[in-house]
Amino acid sequence: MFRAEVFVTLKPVVNDPAGLTIRHGLQSLGFDSVEEVRSGKYLVLTLDEADEARARAQVEDMAGQLLANAVIEDYRIQIEPVGETALRGERRA
Amino acid sequence: MVFPGTWSDRDCAHAVGEVLRQPVQFIDHRVERLDDLDLVILPGGFSYGDYLRCGAIARFAPVMAAVAEFADRGGLVLGICNGFQVLQEARMLPGALLKNASCEFRCEWVNLRVEQADGAFTAECRLGQVLRIPISHGEGNFYADADTLQDLEANGQVVFRYCAADGRVTDAANPNGSLGNIAGIMNARGNVLGMMPHPERACEALLGGSDGLKIFESAIRALQRVAA
Repeated sequence: MFRAEVFVTLKPVVNDPAGLTIRHGLQSLGFDSVEEVRSGKYLVLTLDEADEARARAQVEDMAGQLLANAVIEDYRIQIEPVGETALRGERRA
Repeated sequence: MVFPGTWSDRDCAHAVGEVLRQPVQFIDHRVERLDDLDLVILPGGFSYGDYLRCGAIARFAPVMAAVAEFADRGGLVLGICNGFQVLQEARMLPGALLKNASCEFRCEWVNLRVEQADGAFTAECRLGQVLRIPISHGEGNFYADADTLQDLEANGQVVFRYCAADGRVTDAANPNGSLGNIAGIMNARGNVLGMMPHPERACEALLGGSDGLKIFESAIRALQRVAA
């Protein structure tokens, strides 16, 4: 089993009204050091898959087809073993 | 076309069926074939709760493959508001619709300048004519990368722009931050139109105006020409 975290953010060239509004809120609270806020989505997927490379390839495919819109968004994927796979890894260690 | 969460389907049916006296069918999102239709309307709403992104889930509804095929055959497809977002997610129209620059949901009457008056959806309009039609959306901020935007402009695919009452395209008249004040675009072939404003809500004087009728009447006229 693998756990994939997918971070979806607007491309740097795309304006982010929500991020601008959050920045304004933080500045209103006195956090003067805040120069920029970019908002996005955080998705966590659990995959019944034994091989990390295959798991990653599948999540890449999911991101390309549905999780992110390539017209406006970028994504980053982080994968780590969980459950049985992680336990097997520990036993090997 | 009715997806779970579509909310303007009855308004569209009222405009086309009651006001314009044309036959109307409600098409369920699970339907896999579209037969004997002249015009497919993807109405506004919040299909599938707008989860993930507006229109992102609706694109995978069984009926959408049939809509793409219908458009490929040259059938007329009109996406209004959420329907426009669905057509972009389905890659049947370019660009994307971002959160309004104000971060506010905007529900108000706007002025639209007609930028193309010889297409299937605007033949009943004059070039440069100003139409008064309401908007009702939180994510209608049209975005496309520079190359795509240039292509849209060069090919004459920009159909409507937000403008002042006198037709001037100004920042003040832009309700959502759309690039180039773009309110509606069509595909290169001209048979698929997406627009954020709601023409179906501007079809009777009693409801504040009837400029929206011109879009439906244009489509009807275009279809009659094909049939004749």
